[in-house]
Amino acid sequence: MASISRRLFLKVGGGVAASVAIGLPELTQAVTPKPTAEGRVNLPYQMKALTKAQKLQVNTPVLFSYPDAASPCALIKMGAPVPGGVGPDRDIVAYSTLCTHMGCPVAYDPGQKLFKCPCHFSIFDPENIGQMVSGQATENLPSIVLEYNPNDDSVRAVAVEGLIYGRQSNLL
Amino acid sequence: MATNKDRVALPPTDAQKTNLTCHFCIVGCGYHVYKWPENQEGGRAPDENALGLDFRKQLPPLAVIMTPAMQNTITDKDGKRYNIMIVPDKQCEVNKGLSSTRGGQLAKVMYSPDGVGKARLRSPRVYVADQWMDTSWDDALALYAGVTKKILDNDGPASLAFDCFDHGGAGGGFENTWGTGKLMFTALQTPLVRIHNRPAYNSECHATREMGISELNNSYEDAELADVIVAIGCNSYETQTNYFLAHWLPNLQGQTVDKRKQRFPGEVVVPAKVIFVDPRRTPTIAIAEQAAGKDNVLHLDIEPGTDIALFNGLLTYVVDQKWHDEEFIAAHTKAFEQALQANRMSLEETSHVTGISVDKLKQAAEWAYKPKASGHRPHTMHAYEKGIIWGNDNYLIQSALVDLVLATHNVGRRGTGVVRMGGHQEGYTRPPYPGNTKIYVDQEIINGKGMMYTAWGANPFQTTLNAEQHRAVILKRANIVREAMANVRGGTTAQMVDAIYDAVKNKGGLFLANINLYPTKLAEAAHVMLPAAHPGEINLTSMNGERRMRLSQKFMDPPGSAKADCLIAAAIAKTLRQLYTDEGKQDMAARFAGFDWNTEEDAFNDGFRMAGQPGVGPIDSQGGTTGNLVTYERLKAMGNNGVQLPTKEYRDGKLIGTEMLYTDYKFDTPDGKAEFKPATWPGLPKPVAEQKEKHQFWVNNGRINEVWQTLYHDQYNDFVQRRVPMAYLEINPDDAQALTIESGDVVEVFNDYGSSYALAYLEPDIKRNQTFMQFGHFNGVMGDLTTPWTDRNVVPYYKGTWASIRRIGKVEEFKETISFKSRRFNVIAVG
Repeated sequence: MASISRRLFLKVGGGVAASVAIGLPELTQAVTPKPTAEGRVNLPYQMKALTKAQKLQVNTPVLFSYPDAASPCALIKMGAPVPGGVGPDRDIVAYSTLCTHMGCPVAYDPGQKLFKCPCHFSIFDPENIGQMVSGQATENLPSIVLEYNPNDDSVRAVAVEGLIYGRQSNLL
Repeated sequence: MATNKDRVALPPTDAQKTNLTCHFCIVGCGYHVYKWPENQEGGRAPDENALGLDFRKQLPPLAVIMTPAMQNTITDKDGKRYNIMIVPDKQCEVNKGLSSTRGGQLAKVMYSPDGVGKARLRSPRVYVADQWMDTSWDDALALYAGVTKKILDNDGPASLAFDCFDHGGAGGGFENTWGTGKLMFTALQTPLVRIHNRPAYNSECHATREMGISELNNSYEDAELADVIVAIGCNSYETQTNYFLAHWLPNLQGQTVDKRKQRFPGEVVVPAKVIFVDPRRTPTIAIAEQAAGKDNVLHLDIEPGTDIALFNGLLTYVVDQKWHDEEFIAAHTKAFEQALQANRMSLEETSHVTGISVDKLKQAAEWAYKPKASGHRPHTMHAYEKGIIWGNDNYLIQSALVDLVLATHNVGRRGTGVVRMGGHQEGYTRPPYPGNTKIYVDQEIINGKGMMYTAWGANPFQTTLNAEQHRAVILKRANIVREAMANVRGGTTAQMVDAIYDAVKNKGGLFLANINLYPTKLAEAAHVMLPAAHPGEINLTSMNGERRMRLSQKFMDPPGSAKADCLIAAAIAKTLRQLYTDEGKQDMAARFAGFDWNTEEDAFNDGFRMAGQPGVGPIDSQGGTTGNLVTYERLKAMGNNGVQLPTKEYRDGKLIGTEMLYTDYKFDTPDGKAEFKPATWPGLPKPVAEQKEKHQFWVNNGRINEVWQTLYHDQYNDFVQRRVPMAYLEINPDDAQALTIESGDVVEVFNDYGSSYALAYLEPDIKRNQTFMQFGHFNGVMGDLTTPWTDRNVVPYYKGTWASIRRIGKVEEFKETISFKSRRFNVIAVG
């Protein structure tokens, strides 16, 4: 397959992905630099403030990019506590939206609360650490590690678990 | 094994690069293996890494598949550590750069002491008193050969049972089918042999072969050229993934229309349609509807076990409409009228039996067999797999299907074919089987026959039919031997052999050897285990579902002292030869000659390349009589595209193969004419019908995408284990509610033949009173529920059993770690 079938994208994009594709502002809060990574095993991810928890609507993804502008992600308040969830209701999660198989943008299906890849039909569950429900990927969807600060209700991205598609390392 | 999941080491430009064909499913996707010293890595600039990609910026979609599962760190025998990366080959005509979730983890499953392979057998092991102990090859071989010889000398070869692979890929390949075959059939000469997935030494395709049509008769490209694909009992997105994704889907999406117009000038060409014959709405059907549009997909959701009626009804209707090819039938076939008479079935009766409406039957016939608007006969490819192979009944369904295919001339023309989709890859080269009847080996063992049982790359405990009884009897008989062995303290090998022989001869015991990559469930019964190796650790040749043969090159050492199966067979034969030589029995020693192989290539040259050569005895080989043209060196040069067997010639440095069989209409019968076969609809077999009477749920079953066969690797693979720690059972939510069952509940599935547990997975696409259970799992053996019924050739009806279900309870961890959302790519509109 030389290129993504346009028809497939339109089909999925016009159906389930509308809530991702339309009308949601890109979150552009400033990035707070971390110290350099001397002597560390972990990559020096920088912290990025995303939003206030109370601004999120249940089952409505908000797009952002992390750890850099070339890595699209989605933040979702699932509506009930989920593994890895943060926030007052422990239900806020975020994932890279590039399929771990071949990097096609996954579409969010709010009806089933699943991410679906139009290229080779992999399905991932944001309510279960991005688990591949079915499909051809060999990794779950990379999780964006979030921190929640109850003092100011802020949600911040602090790291990525899992390799983002199309990279040697999550930090370019 | 890499521990950082957010980065990988890139292969440097001078990394060693070899070819590897995926050793799991039939498709055999091509991969490249990069290997380089652990302390080195390539750079991010495209001229600094072997992939030639620019990792200084985000790569666009579809540029690469390179995940942490595709990397590993291994240690060779010299103690040096290397990184390996195994990525799909974009130039391979099979997968075109795609990887499945199974092949995408080829690197991860390669042996490392702390990785998936950590439970691999690394040395021979022997059961001493009450535990497994490591031992030397000499000790293990002396015991194995000693018991074998004692039985052979006193009771003859028919007491030496084997349960052995006959396929390609891991636990198979042309080298290893030859090595094991020469040991079993030429040296030992035992007929008491079953194949890894069925209880006798038989074919899965007797009918089509007798009709003159080998089951792998087209190319994957033909799926790109077909007007219609009829997919029967095959769930190809999950079980032949990249054949479906790289060859079916482009045609269903219209991407091959131009190619088809060029191939078939003057014909009306539109994007292909697909007809699925399957009682279950499979994940493949959901994806086909998504990709091709519902209007181009027809699902004939027949009542379980009624395929024969379906094909007979279609044949009758097609002939009544005069859509059959009378010219072809007259010139190249025989016995058409007799078959038509035997199979004749009205659409009304067909509808009654199959549950498919007359209108839908007519629509299927029109799509697949009615001449096109341009007047041309449609190119209709018929693809089938386990729904037929393990159906009711194998011989008759194949007969009925191939009758329909022959009548409509859908073989030997590009864009057609009546083909198995396949399970494992193929790779058969053996001396002829030394018997002329089919022995139902499982029943022989259950009835106390056989004294020694070698399970060779086989796991009947998780996969056979009527498995509970089979397992119970083997465990009981094996324990008799274990007790006898425990009483031989400080004894010599000869004394141990005598004690074992007494147990198997006089006390009903069974001595069991397990030759495999892993201990597997067979370790519960075995007495000796020998460690085998898989592709990458050894050189190995196999062929895929379009007869495409490739060489998987060795790139690392096997763990411990594990060996290729052909070299294990050779070691056994050499040990026996020595024992007979020492006794002065030169005639018997001579039977075990001809195993002087040091490498897999030696076995390849002895078997595959010798078939049909002057002065060589008969060899049944999928390479045919031109196998001699193929050498390791020539195959290596052909890379991941290999050669499609049979090889026609070697010219200009290339092996020239065969894309499609029967283009000359010379079929594989003595007179070259394809033969129709009568296949009257027989109803359900009695033992199956009895279970249907007594129990509510049909237990359909099969393999799922994320898991390879018995989970021999996946059992230790966290990515898979977290997803499917237990065999799941898809059940309709309304049925589940009536039984107070929720997704994630453990349920008991039981009938008159056995009982197993499974994990309930509520799925609206499953019909009422039907279920689908994952087959082959170590944690939930579906085969416990299968009846012992087989067809005339001892081919089981694994797909046909009914059972009752009751709720057991919850495993808390499962509910927390497994997603129970639908595995089907259905798009639900949100208002």
